Amino acid sequence: MEQLTQQFVNGVSLGSIYALIALGYTMVYGIIKLINFAHGDIYMIGAYIGFALTSFLHVGFFPALIISMLLCALLGVLIEKVAYKPVRNSTRIAALITAISVSLFLEYGMMYFVKAETRTFPELLPNKQISILNTSAVLDIKNIYIIFVTISLMLVLQYTIYKTKVGKSMRAVSLDRDAAQLMGIDMNKTISYTFAIGSALAGAAGVLVGTYYNSINPLMGVVPGLKAFVAAVIGGIGVIPGAVLGGFFLGMTETMVSAFGGSLYKDAVAFAILILVLLAKPNGLLGRNIKEKV
Amino acid sequence: MKLFNKKNTLSMLAVLGVYAIAGLLINTGFIDSYIFLNIVLIGINIILAVSLNLITGFTGQFSLGHAAFMSIGAYAAGILTAKLDQPFWVGIAGAALFAAFAGIVIGIPTLRLKGDYLAIATLGFAEIVKIIGLNTEYIGGATGLNDIPRYTTWTWLYFCVAATVLLISNFIKSYKGRACIAIGEDEIAAEAMGVNTTYYKVLAFTLGAFFAGIAGALYANYFYFLKPDSFGFMKSIDILVIVVFGGMGSIKGSIIGAILLSVISLFLQGIPELRMVVYSLILFLIMVYRPQGIMGKSSLKFFRKRGVLYANHQGK
Repeated sequence: MEQLTQQFVNGVSLGSIYALIALGYTMVYGIIKLINFAHGDIYMIGAYIGFALTSFLHVGFFPALIISMLLCALLGVLIEKVAYKPVRNSTRIAALITAISVSLFLEYGMMYFVKAETRTFPELLPNKQISILNTSAVLDIKNIYIIFVTISLMLVLQYTIYKTKVGKSMRAVSLDRDAAQLMGIDMNKTISYTFAIGSALAGAAGVLVGTYYNSINPLMGVVPGLKAFVAAVIGGIGVIPGAVLGGFFLGMTETMVSAFGGSLYKDAVAFAILILVLLAKPNGLLGRNIKEKV
Repeated sequence: MKLFNKKNTLSMLAVLGVYAIAGLLINTGFIDSYIFLNIVLIGINIILAVSLNLITGFTGQFSLGHAAFMSIGAYAAGILTAKLDQPFWVGIAGAALFAAFAGIVIGIPTLRLKGDYLAIATLGFAEIVKIIGLNTEYIGGATGLNDIPRYTTWTWLYFCVAATVLLISNFIKSYKGRACIAIGEDEIAAEAMGVNTTYYKVLAFTLGAFFAGIAGALYANYFYFLKPDSFGFMKSIDILVIVVFGGMGSIKGSIIGAILLSVISLFLQGIPELRMVVYSLILFLIMVYRPQGIMGKSSLKFFRKRGVLYANHQGK
């Protein structure tokens, strides 16, 4: 029981990281139908920005988080303008390979500048542990920070999407691009906003992971990027609550599988769940079923 | 049509001529072992690209897991030749059959999916295959399978490549191949014309896997050593890049693409630190300036339809 509580806490923390990254995947896919493979690398760069700010400039946790989010948002918009805009009207496969080339460029460009070795993130948060309900299961203060930051960001995102004009235009574009343009919505601006918001969330996830696991390296974005993408697909890609559900679901499953002796197979389990979900509900758990028109 | 008409005879002579000349150069030591290593890599890449082109280029099924079939073939050949002491032809046949079987097993459930979803599902399967490989003691797990005899010679390599190219280009021209192309052009229209889409999609997938298995066998029996990590996501992407670079639905393009990209990566080995950065830039420039590839046919719907990226969900 105690172990179960402990794993539950770990699963929620891991799940919120996946959910934050998955949100960016899902928003970009919802708008331009592109699997943005570079998203996991934006998360890596977010972690590095957080690392640079905290260890060289000695900035605190929250300022580092916010600066990193802003810089990542800028990077996301830049990537969209430089790399994805020229292939916007190409085939899906050309756009996908472009995304992969951006991802490789970020990974190995970063490796060239910061070298391949793993770096240790400074201790930013107090190392305090709280016992849950007087059992031996503990709640690290870092878990509370992660969950708190994630939930606040999700609330802000929810507000942006459903209550602001930018959010309204994003929803309109993802529903019907042509009709949205006819209604006077600026496509380029909407796409830029989407990339900015998605990348900011990835940057936040990067800083959170840095403070939680204390180690970062230039290839750290590959596996969580793929997993978060899997989470987005499980929840229904293009659907925002789906990304959150998928992220938490994947985080929980993975922690539980590792806790009960299957840590070697935890990645395989994630992909097996993905395939099962896709076979049962091809549009994901919360995805709308779109009728095929001839 | 006569089998030994002028065109067929000439191309057969050309194929044999290239074989004889290159064989002579290797035997006289004019082509040293380093160049030969790269020739082997080019040959393997040609088989992989042509077989993926059948799945993705002609039949239009977007697969991101081709490296998994190669790894299944490689391990099958490795086990057959190293652990069970079988001759090389048994290794190749076993590799091809195992990979084809995996193609059927993976293809039947996943090929119901379309476009990006199929890509993700195949990616997932490839990762699962890799993880199973990493955790199976019998084949060496993460440390890899060692001491595979080196059977891949110029003769084996050349005739495997020639057979792959010949069989796949003839398949494309057959009745079944035309059904596959019809699915690639427009699945709904093909279905309306009475093409059994599931059957032909699985058939193309299985055939592609079969030849990828052969490529795996050649790889295993040339490099002595196999590791599950070498057949990950990036390997699948590399093969896909060759296909797109060469031109979707063009076998000539796949061959030229495999040769060109292998030569490019050979030159990039001179700058190890920036190799991947330059490679990613080249990839990006190709996609921006020539998204249809070097031999891409502009007549194919895949390229003609502009604005596909924004089109509604179920597109390609």
